[in-house]
Amino acid sequence: MMRAPPSDLPIRFGDVTVSAGAVTVLDRVSLAIQPGAPTVLIGPNGAGKTTLLRLAMGLIPPSRGHVTWDGVAGVPPIKRAIVFQRPVMLRRSVAGNIRYALAAADIPRERHDARIAELLALVGLPDLASRPARRLSGGEQQRLALARALARDPTVLFLDEPTASLDPASTKAVEDIVRAIAARGIKVVMATHDLGEARRLAGDIVFLHRGRVVESGDAQAFFRSPQTGEAKTFIAGELLL
Amino acid sequence: MQSDTSALALILTADPTLLAIVRLSLIVSLSAVAVAALIGLPLGALIALTRFRGREGVVVLLNALMGLPPVVVGLAVYLLLSRSGPLGPLGLLFTPAAMIAAQTILVTPIIAALARQTIEDLWTEYHDELTAMNVGPLHRIATLIWDGRFSLIVALLAGFGRAAAEVGAIIIVGGNIDGFTRTMTTAIALETSKGDLPLAIGLGAVLIAIVIVVNAFAWMLRRAGERLAR
Repeated sequence: MMRAPPSDLPIRFGDVTVSAGAVTVLDRVSLAIQPGAPTVLIGPNGAGKTTLLRLAMGLIPPSRGHVTWDGVAGVPPIKRAIVFQRPVMLRRSVAGNIRYALAAADIPRERHDARIAELLALVGLPDLASRPARRLSGGEQQRLALARALARDPTVLFLDEPTASLDPASTKAVEDIVRAIAARGIKVVMATHDLGEARRLAGDIVFLHRGRVVESGDAQAFFRSPQTGEAKTFIAGELLL
Repeated sequence: MQSDTSALALILTADPTLLAIVRLSLIVSLSAVAVAALIGLPLGALIALTRFRGREGVVVLLNALMGLPPVVVGLAVYLLLSRSGPLGPLGLLFTPAAMIAAQTILVTPIIAALARQTIEDLWTEYHDELTAMNVGPLHRIATLIWDGRFSLIVALLAGFGRAAAEVGAIIIVGGNIDGFTRTMTTAIALETSKGDLPLAIGLGAVLIAIVIVVNAFAWMLRRAGERLAR
C-alpha cells in the first residue's frame, strides 16, 4: 500500500552544530534527507549518528544552525517516530504498549483493536498480544518497539541501531520488517555501524566521522568508490581513529 | 498477665466499644490517606516532571515536612477550626472531619515526597519514549502514576502507617470524645492513664494486627501486579 508523499520531508540541516558542554557532538552539518529508499547513517561509535537522529526527530535543538521539516522549523513530532537503540517498554502488555501509542496519537478508540492486530501481524508478534512487554526477548522487544512507533502512522521512521546486540535470526526479522515498512512508502532513516546491514538496506548513505558528514549520497556508489580516505578505511573494516 | 487475658477476651468477644473505636480509627486514617493520595500523588508527579527556580528548595522542604510534629499540626488545625479561627463557622472542631483534616496534612507530604522520588526515577526511564510520542504534560503525569502504581503503594503504606499510629494531632482536634472521636491511639493513651490496661492492650494488639494485615495485602497486591505488568 503506497501512501501520499511524506509531509515532513525533506528534512534539512543547515550548518548545524550540537555541543554538549565543551564537546562538539555535531560540527557544522549541512544535509538534506529526501523521500525514497532508506537513508542509513554509518560511522564509528561517537561519530554523531544518534545525535543526528535525535535532531531530525526534533528531540533536541541544535546549538547553532537550523533544522527544517518540509521547509518549516519547529514542527512537532506528529508524523515522525523513532525507535531507540534500547527501547523502553511501558509497564503493560504488548497490546497495551501499542494501544498507548495509538491513544497518544489521537487515533479513535474504535480503531485500536484492528490496528493492534495489523501491527502485531506486521512485526510477527500476533500471539504475544497479552504478554507483559517487559518479559519479551530483546529481539521481540525491538519488534514491538517498531510496531509501537508505526502506531502513530508516521511518514518518517528513525531507527537507532535497531539490530545492535541481536542474534542473526532476530536481526533478519528486524531487517525484513524495515524493508516492509519502506515498501509501504514510509521514509526510513537508520543509524548503524554494521556495514553489512548498511549494504543490505540503504538507498542513501550518510557517513559520519567525529561529528562531521564526511560523505553522503547513493549507497551503491559509496560502497563501490568511496571518495575519502576515512570512508575507504571504514569500508575496509580497518580501525578509524 | 490478667490484663493480657482480659484484652484477649475483649477481642474474641468482639466487644462493641472496642469495635466502635477500631471502626472510627479506620475511617479517619483511610480517609486521610485517600485525600492525601489525591493531593500528594499529582503534586509529587508535578514536582518530579517540572523544572523551575527554587525546585531543589521545594524538594528539601517537602522531605522535611515528612517529619512534621503531629502536635504542631494539631495545634495549627485547632487554631484554624476553633470558634475564633478563620474556619470556626464550619463547626468542625472535635469532629472526625477535623481529625481527617489534621491527618491529611500530616500524610500528604509523606506521599508527595515518596511519589516524587518514584516518579522522577520512572521519568528518567520514560522521558525519551514519551517525548517521542508527543505525550502532553497531564497525560505524562497520569502515565507515570499508573505505571509506577506498584511502587507508589509503598508511599501510600507509609502514609497509612503514619496516620494509624498518630495520636498527637487527633487528640487535640478531636478531643477524644467517647463514642464520637475516640480512636485506637487516643483510647490507648487515655485507658493507660486511667489504669484500664486490658482495653489499652486489646486496642494495641488490634492496631498492630491491622497494620500487618494492610501491609501484607499491599505486598500481595504488588507482587501480583508485577507478575502481570512487568
